[in-house]
Amino acid sequence: MSGSETVRLPYAEAPAGHQAGGDSQGLSDELLATDVWTDELLERSGVPVVDVPFVSVGGGIGSFVTVDYLRIAGVPSSQIRVLTPLEYPWETYEYLTGVSQIPRGERLRSDSASTPDNIWGFPSYAVREAFAARSLRGSLAPLWQVLTEPIFADYYTPRAGQVFTALQREYDRIGYAEMCERGVVRTVRRRQGGGYFTILTRKSPSGGTRRVAFRGQFVHVAVGYPGLKYLPDLQDYRLRTGDHHRVVNAYEPHEHLYQELRSRQCTVVIRGGGIVASRILQRLIDDRDRYGTDVRIVHLFRTFISGSHGPSIFMRRRGGDGWAYQGFNYPKSAWGGQLKAKMRKLEGGDRAELYKLIGGTNTPHRRLWMRQLARGRSEGWYRTVTGEVEKVGASVDGKTLSLRVRNAEGVIELPADFIVDCTGLEADIAEHRVLKDLLDHCGAQRNPLGRLDVERSFEVRGMRSGNGRAYASGAATLGGYFPGVDTFLGLQISAQEICDDLARIGFCRRIGVWRSTSQWWRWVRNRRI
Amino acid sequence: MVPTLGGRLQTRVFVLVVVGGLVVLAVTPLLVSGASIGDLYQATYVVLAAVLVLGLAWEFVYHFLQQFRWEKDWPTMFGLLTGINEGLLVWVLLSADVLPTGTSVSGGNFLIVFVSVWLVTWLWVNGPMRVPWIRWRFRGGRLV
Repeated sequence: MSGSETVRLPYAEAPAGHQAGGDSQGLSDELLATDVWTDELLERSGVPVVDVPFVSVGGGIGSFVTVDYLRIAGVPSSQIRVLTPLEYPWETYEYLTGVSQIPRGERLRSDSASTPDNIWGFPSYAVREAFAARSLRGSLAPLWQVLTEPIFADYYTPRAGQVFTALQREYDRIGYAEMCERGVVRTVRRRQGGGYFTILTRKSPSGGTRRVAFRGQFVHVAVGYPGLKYLPDLQDYRLRTGDHHRVVNAYEPHEHLYQELRSRQCTVVIRGGGIVASRILQRLIDDRDRYGTDVRIVHLFRTFISGSHGPSIFMRRRGGDGWAYQGFNYPKSAWGGQLKAKMRKLEGGDRAELYKLIGGTNTPHRRLWMRQLARGRSEGWYRTVTGEVEKVGASVDGKTLSLRVRNAEGVIELPADFIVDCTGLEADIAEHRVLKDLLDHCGAQRNPLGRLDVERSFEVRGMRSGNGRAYASGAATLGGYFPGVDTFLGLQISAQEICDDLARIGFCRRIGVWRSTSQWWRWVRNRRI
Repeated sequence: MVPTLGGRLQTRVFVLVVVGGLVVLAVTPLLVSGASIGDLYQATYVVLAAVLVLGLAWEFVYHFLQQFRWEKDWPTMFGLLTGINEGLLVWVLLSADVLPTGTSVSGGNFLIVFVSVWLVTWLWVNGPMRVPWIRWRFRGGRLV
């Protein structure tokens, strides 16, 4: 796979496999070829060493909530370093939600009590929104929604801006900035005698790069999504034609599409049946209503869901009009109830089977979206097509795109001005340099879904090094004993497991009833820790 | 909430004993009755015990009903509305003189005790409970 096959983030470097020769971060071939490093080996290389017990690699929300837990458990900031290319933990998240049409004022797909700025989930975002409102109606609306969800109202979800503001407050409170070391990590190695080395490459003021080795007992890897892939047929079209204008991924900036729609009638093909497709559709329809655009939408489903579906009356998910409906990324009990308890006991194929059962693309049932699409269907500017795309090419006159779609009735040709890929295909974990390094050199293995295999404590299997332990959280660990890892609450659950594991081996205190309550009170008063 | 059966039972016992117990302690002196405060406390705590014991049976019913939900969750509103069926059952037993309250409990007094216990415990499990017991919500409501 080449770098052009994955969606690039603003700060992203070339993906795995693209380093110049064998020289990753300018390290010697001897170092790179060695799985377990000695202190002497590193000393010979001339790379300066910094000792710090706990190193978190990534610096996104996964690192942030883990560090938040550790700080609340009493670990001083001097014992923690976060190695990150990001300016702030929610930078990537804010970028991806922004381009996929969830700007700060729009609502996320996240539960009221999933609060990455507050490990207790209390007060929830709905309660905070109610208290911050300037009118009685503004105060009652979020409370009424959480009271009646999901029966008489859609699930309450916070606005992106509310979450980012809250994260900023906690970021300041725990002194997060002073724990951050800016740069790029590509290499982690076990250390002879215990613990790990993590190599950080910084930009030096002179314009070159400077490497530092962090030597610590614990390393935590939370590098986010390995990458988002384009659909193969769209990738094929882009490589053949170089056209990045008319075929876009929803996670790429694509504002030009909405601008062009304002000037002429266009047909937009939406690929995918998840939350991102829902958001893009809302933007298209909002623009249609606001600016009078004459957009024609063809929504292409690979699998059309016509109603409730599932193996038994005890396992049936709602669906209709092509979509599978679900409040959040996973059934709610994945974050603490029956499903979490069940998954925790399953191994191998049984676990993969349950993941398959609860998986599949889905989107929340939101009344606004239902109304918009019903209007589109009745007025004729929104229609659905089911089938597999065989090829994307230019039309005969070259002015539009043409999709060849195969379905039960045969092959149809669909003309389009734009195609928006909303499928959110994720790349293999080995596409990420750090994760590839863990697999190739550190003893890490893959779980039944092909991601990074972690214990129930989120310790990476096969990576233990003497008295040191390596942990991972986030999307890279999907397929483990706990589903829902790539969510706010999932990251907090991972962080709690990691923190408890570290407490068991004496690195920090276990957060008990008294400490939890007293620390919560400090959080309420915004007291620094 | 996303309870497991074990979590439901543990939470029911803990919350009714601790939070419910405190609510009954605070509310009972406010009741209007000719009985002594000691007799009143006996009656109100028997009512609380009935809610607790019957509630353990109710939890099995709720757990069964929860199996029909894809999410395997128990919406906040359900936790509030189930007070209606539970309250009615306790009142029926109270009226039939099945409960060893010692002294009679008027409808008004029962309503004050039951509604205050139900509302406070419902509010407690939907927020503040998460503060001291930080693992509780991730374990389906289990405390041990």
